[in-house]
Order: sequence, then structure tokens, then C-alpha cells
Amino acid sequence: MRKVAIGLALALIAPLTVAQNVKIGVVTFLSGPAAAPFGVPAKNAAEFMVEQLNAGSAPAPYNKKGFGGAPLEIVLLDEAGSTTTQVTEFRNLVQRQNVDLIIGYVSSGNCLAIAPVAEELKKLVNFFDCGTPRIFEDGKYEYVFRTSPTATMDSVGAALYVKDAKPNAKSIAGINQNYAWGQDSWSDFEAAMKVLSPSVETKTSQMPKLFAGQYNAEISALLSAKPDVIHSSFWDGDLEALILQAGPRGLMKQSLTILTTGETAMHKLGKQIPDGTVLGARGPFGPYAPNNQYNKWFSGGFQKKNQDLPNYASYQMAQAFLGVKAAWEKAQDANGGKRPSSEQVGAALKGLTFDGPGGQVRMAIGGGHQAIMETAYGQTKMQGGKLSVVNIKRYPAEKVNPPEGVKSAEWIKNGFKK
Amino acid sequence: MDQLLSVGVDGIIYSAWLFTAALGLTLIYGVMKIVNVTHGSFYALGAYAGASLTGAWLAAGYPPMLSYLVLFVSAIAVTLVVAPLIERGILRFMYAKDEVVILLITYALFLILEDVIKLVWGVNPYFVAEPYALLGSFSVAGLAYPTYNLILVALALIAGLGLMWLLHSTKVGKLLLAVIHDPEVSRAMGINVQRYYLVTFTFGSLLAALAGSFTAPTVSVVPGLGVDIIVLSFAVVVIGGLGSLPGAALGAIIVGVVRSASVHYMPQVELFVIYFVMAMVLAFRPRGLFSLAEPRKI
Repeated sequence: MRKVAIGLALALIAPLTVAQNVKIGVVTFLSGPAAAPFGVPAKNAAEFMVEQLNAGSAPAPYNKKGFGGAPLEIVLLDEAGSTTTQVTEFRNLVQRQNVDLIIGYVSSGNCLAIAPVAEELKKLVNFFDCGTPRIFEDGKYEYVFRTSPTATMDSVGAALYVKDAKPNAKSIAGINQNYAWGQDSWSDFEAAMKVLSPSVETKTSQMPKLFAGQYNAEISALLSAKPDVIHSSFWDGDLEALILQAGPRGLMKQSLTILTTGETAMHKLGKQIPDGTVLGARGPFGPYAPNNQYNKWFSGGFQKKNQDLPNYASYQMAQAFLGVKAAWEKAQDANGGKRPSSEQVGAALKGLTFDGPGGQVRMAIGGGHQAIMETAYGQTKMQGGKLSVVNIKRYPAEKVNPPEGVKSAEWIKNGFKK
Repeated sequence: MDQLLSVGVDGIIYSAWLFTAALGLTLIYGVMKIVNVTHGSFYALGAYAGASLTGAWLAAGYPPMLSYLVLFVSAIAVTLVVAPLIERGILRFMYAKDEVVILLITYALFLILEDVIKLVWGVNPYFVAEPYALLGSFSVAGLAYPTYNLILVALALIAGLGLMWLLHSTKVGKLLLAVIHDPEVSRAMGINVQRYYLVTFTFGSLLAALAGSFTAPTVSVVPGLGVDIIVLSFAVVVIGGLGSLPGAALGAIIVGVVRSASVHYMPQVELFVIYFVMAMVLAFRPRGLFSLAEPRKI
């Protein structure tokens, strides 16, 4: 009886001696139109990162196993469904699944809804992809971070590229999805164009609903308007449908067309995207990624594991893991080697600078909660049966992101000044 | 003038697509009194079958011109496998239940079929762009339109006119009208009502699958494809009057043209305008534009 009691006691104590796993909720689209271009590549990146980090195979300084020696495990959650569903599922992740932190969310609408809930539940959340700048411009958070840049960077970068590639452009038009991401992207692009070329005229701004799928009328309206430049921040299946429907009608040949998230479609729809289309990757990712050791490790490893190139959603997910890992280990060191709390990890992540496969990431705005990076754009060119990007131009982080404490819209309106 | 013309052409193309999708929904409601949410699933199944089989056809190097036939056959094939299974396996046991219960059952089936689609085809998108550009373009008011759009218009016309002819000019159609009017008396008169239900459900679902299959070359075929179409189809049949074929046609034309006009002239109200029209119709004609007088049953 005594032996049994000792055995039971040992069995209870034993797990405490092993480093407790870090349980990470990973939320991204696993179904619906955003799954294939964003959710699944991001999920694959999360799985790759967990595998590599747990094995201690990432390049220094990320070569310590897991987070500070604690192995990582992920709880995957589908982002598809309404925003209300996402808020409920977020609460489940925190309160029932007891995750230590959450990395996730592609949709800007979901990020805006999740941020106050994360704050209420005091759980660290790192948005890996969503783009609306409103999160840290309209709110102040302790537990919420975003290690990817905002849509402002994409829109201002797009306007700068237009100015470089087509300096005499006299008119612009847009086709963007009718919700936070599409509206913010278009208003920033339009405002930036009006600062860079004050005489530029807006011919039309089309705002079809998300996942509308049929764009014949919008394409006709854009063709009739004959703008010099067309801006679109379409993503997911909508971007692919737009390319499929606009291609045969010659829209992208008639006007210089900027697809700010176009990189996600370039490998699948290469034949349908005409030469000269401007593609963005929401930062220095994919074809715009620097030739550094992190990119070689990530891009090569990802391709080997998934038989597919990582797209920008994959890069952003990898970057999100590396940012939290750097902060976790910094906080653990400051905590005398003991497992850090959410607050300690948050404090370490605030204002952090770290390197990743997309280059240097600085948590420089939004009170140290929002990342800035350089960005790049280029134009498509079919070479040897494969679509590649040429005429690449890079813009430094300070040139495409507002300074700390200044709202994006005001910064653009004031001629990119404080 | 040019812009008016393109409003008309865009409106007709959109209406044709919408009508083909909504026609089966109104037919099934008219005959079986089922508000069939699985209609969206058949649209998605048609799109997946069309994209994957046509993709395989083209990849094998078979004549591209026959890809339109493959789109057609794939919609028929997937419907013949799934629709009778659902009708015979599940729905026929539910006909005695309240309309709301059957609505919930079809919604549950819709969710199940969404997952079945993911199990069979996965979550990666399917593209079959070739048929869209293969026939070249025609020009209206200086704007190029792929000739493929004419196939969509022809499909809608054939489906609508063919169904009208079938209902009003054939013996089978007249018997079906009797079933629509009163299934119990029809059964008493020796009509095999169960068989008419099976055929109606299969044919209605086929129309959705055809709409999906012929939409496949213009979109990225991904999970969730059937969600939006069901909402739009409901808007169309509600405007026209549930169960009315001319109503579905008028509803589709109203939605298509109004949407197209708003895209060209006031893009900021494009989202709102379809549902505004629906609300206006329901405010003045709560049972839709073509609602039929119902016989009172004692």
C-alpha cells in the first residue's frame, strides 16, 4: 500500500520535472475561399516552425529548442465563419483549451473583434497577417501585438511604385472588397496618390462584397473608365476570380494594375496574369525576400516539406513565431530562467527588433506593438514558362509606415509628415 | 448610351447565371414545398465536378472544344449520384414534418455536404480557366466580353423555356402541376407522387449543379462556394414569388440589372441595392411579384 502511494506521488510529481509545453493556439482559414491562398500555407508554415523550433534546427539566435527549452504544441482552429463565431472560439481557446498564447487571424474584421477580448482575458495574441491599421491607431492594448506590417505600408508602397513606374499617370481606379481591409487599402492608396500626384483623378472605386465571385459588371465599369492605374487589394478566391475574369477582357493590359496581395496567385495563375502587372507580397516576402540565412532555411525547408513554395502568408506566420520566440526567451532570461508570464513576454516583445526570413522587423509603432518593415513591389514577366517579377523596387520602412503616434490617414494627408 | 448598353449586357449575363441557379430552388419549393438549402451544395458540387473533370480532360490532351460537354456531363454525373441519395435516403422520411423542420434538415445536409466536398476534393482551389477564353470575345459598346458568357445566357434560356414547355405542354408536366396543386388528391388519382418528388428534386438539383459547373471556369473553385449563391437565389425567388418560374426569371432580371446599374453609376450602394429591392417588393407584395392565388382547403 505504501509502495502504491509512493508510486502515485512520484507519478504526480514526475511531469513537473519536465519542461511544460508551450501551447499555442494557431488560428487561420482552414476552409472557405481564404483557405487555399492564405490559411493552408500559413498552417503549413506553423507546422514547419513547430517542427524546426522543437528540434532546435533554426539558425541562431533561434536555435534553442522550443521557446526557451519548452517544447511547442499547437492547437489549430479554423478562422472561417462569422466574427461572432471567432470571438466565441477565441474564448474557448483561452478558457477551455488553456493555450499560453495565440498566433493567428487573416481577416482584419476578426482582428478588430478579437483585440479587446484578448485584452479582457489577459492573453497574449500576435496577429500574423491581418492588415487594418485601425487596431493600434484606434485602440491601446497590453496583450495584443502584430509582427507583420499594416495595409498602410502596402498602399503607400503601391503609390510610390506607380509614381516610379508610371510618373505621368493622370487617373486611378480601384476594385477592393467592401470591408475594413478593402476600404482602408483603397483610401490609403487614393490619398497617397493624391499627395504624390495632386492632379490625379479618381475615375471609379468599385467595392463588391467579400466573396462575391462575379465581377463582370465591375470589370466593365473599370474598362469604360479607362484609368491609367487600377489598384486592387483583393485576396483569397476573390483575387483569383478577378484575375480569371479580367484576363480575357484585357483589363490588366489596358491599365497598369497593382494587385497588392498578388503574390499569392502568381504560382497558380501565372499564365492568366499578363506581363507588366504589379504584384505585392505585403512586405519583403516570397520573391521579394532577402537572401539571408533565415530565408534560405525557411524557404528551402518549407519547400522540401510541402513540395510548394511558401507564399507571403507562410512568411508572416514564420515571422510571428520567431518574434514571439525572441520575446519569450528574452523574458525568460530576465526572469532568471523561469517560464515567463504573458505580461513578461508582452513586455519583451514591446519595441523588439528581430530578424526573420523577410529581413529586419521592428516593433516600432503602435506603442511598440506594431511592426514596421521595408516593402517591395515588382512587375510580372513570363520567363521560361514561369511567372517572375522584374523591375523590383524597395522602399525603406520609414518611407512607407507612419511614425509612432501618428495615424496613417493623417500621415498620408499631411504629405507623409507628422 | 454606351454605358447603358454595358449595364444591359452585364445585367443580362449576371441575371442568366443567377436564374439558372435559382430556377431549381423555386421548382423544388413549388413542387415539394421545401426551402432547400442543399441547393448551394449542388452548385458547389457541380463546380467541383466541372473543374476537376474538365481539368483532367484538358490535361489528358483531349479536344478543348469538347470541354463544354464535359462541364455539362460532370454536372449530370454528380447530381445523379448525390441527389437521389439525399431524396430517397433522408428527405422522403421528412415530408410529413413542418416546413421549418425540413428547412433545418436541408441546412444540416448543406453543412455535411460542405465537409464531404472537403473530404473528396480537399481545400486547395481548382482552376479550369481554358473554356472561358477558348471561344474568343465579342464587343459591345467598345467593351470586350468573352463569348463564353453567351453559353451562360443560352443555358438559362434553355433551362427556363424547357421547363415551362415541360410543365405546360407535356403529360408529365400536367401531372406534375396536379401534384403541385394537391399531392393528396393526386395520390388518390393514382399518380406516383413519390416518384415525382424524386425526379423534381434531382432535376432541380441538376440546375444548381449546371450553374456551378458552368461558373467553374470563371472562378477559383474553393470550399464555401455554395454559401453566397444560396443567399442570392433566395433573394431572387422571394422577389419573384416562391414556386413561380416566371417570377424567378423576373426576379433574376431585376437583381441583375439593378446590381449592374449600381456598379456602373453608384458603386457605393451595390451591396445594399439588391436587398433594398427585395425589401420594397416584400413591403408591397409580401408573397413576391408572381405569387399565385392559393386554393383554400377545408
